[in-house]
Amino acid sequence: MPLLNFIVTVIACLIFYLILTAGSGTDILIWSWQQFAVGILFSLVVGMVGRNVLVGKDLRMVNPRRWVVLIVYLGPFFLEMAKANIDVAIRIITGNINPGIVKIPTNLKTDLGITMLSNSITLTPGTLTVDVDEKTRELYVHWLDVKVKEPETSESVSGSLEKWIRRATE
Amino acid sequence: MILEIVIILLIIGLVFNLLGSIGILRFPDVYTRLHAGSKCATFGSIFTSLAVVVYGSAMWYTQDSMVYADMVIHTVIAVICLLITNPTGAHAIARAAHRSGIMPIRAVVDRLKEEK
Amino acid sequence: MSITFSTVFMIAAVLLMSFTLLALIRVFLGPTAPDRVVGVDTVNTLVVASMIVLGAAYNRAIYIEIAIIYALLSFIGTIFIARYIKGGLR
Repeated sequence: MPLLNFIVTVIACLIFYLILTAGSGTDILIWSWQQFAVGILFSLVVGMVGRNVLVGKDLRMVNPRRWVVLIVYLGPFFLEMAKANIDVAIRIITGNINPGIVKIPTNLKTDLGITMLSNSITLTPGTLTVDVDEKTRELYVHWLDVKVKEPETSESVSGSLEKWIRRATE
Repeated sequence: MILEIVIILLIIGLVFNLLGSIGILRFPDVYTRLHAGSKCATFGSIFTSLAVVVYGSAMWYTQDSMVYADMVIHTVIAVICLLITNPTGAHAIARAAHRSGIMPIRAVVDRLKEEK
Repeated sequence: MSITFSTVFMIAAVLLMSFTLLALIRVFLGPTAPDRVVGVDTVNTLVVASMIVLGAAYNRAIYIEIAIIYALLSFIGTIFIARYIKGGLR
């Protein structure tokens, strides 16, 4: 559906442009009409060039319910991140580390889910995604303090993050 | 009141940034340095930016000037950019280092090396 | 002398710059190429943070716009160096 891809890309680009130029005037709400016109023009150009690159085959993430889940997901994620950061801060001061690379299996089906899980794992300190096996959907994770050498699920590495991501992307 | 909140947030952020830069000097190999460098620095930057957001919102509320609205919105976008790009960059460096043959020092287990 | 917002933000920016110098030591010392890239990555993050704080110190939003562009461009630089280290730009 090239037309649908085109429309989604144009609207996404226009929204991003309008967020960046908010407060430029008072003609249309809080935007000046020049910014509005330039924004529409450039969104059309970007939509024509990149309609197959930016959206892809799967339009599942356009659904606003998933966006709400993603925003709620920031809460447990930030809590996890704060806890782990304090842990790494203590390790930096004391120099007490026990590193290793472990393999964790995941149950996520979409590429976006894998990307988000590995980015979340990387952002919670103490764990760092090194490589991914694309066929079996397994992540190789460098862990600053290895507690389990053969983890069965991603529970021991990233807590409940995988559940949240599955709810948001599948 | 606002001043105290801003100072506390800035101090938290600066402590994490300092620990990040000490960490990349202290740790023994590439992977552990990535832990300190790219993530403690990200967390610290979130807090210093949060201080700017608090300051900008307070000024926006009292003075109603569009400069501060701009400041708040753009700071939030900059933090989102950092949150997306920093872990991706760290992942790229780690993968490149492992492919080019640098092994983790003092590792208790290395599954990736065993299976390649 | 009373403490104002701009002095607080200016002190924070100066401290962030000194942390940048600490991270630069790793860029000079680093035994292997990935070590140096880690140093550069940290320097980039700290520069973005200090640009945002400087924007608040001078009350100019333009500094923060430049910080967004700097974050995105430094990310592209990191990705390219990582591809180069991995072996070949295919």
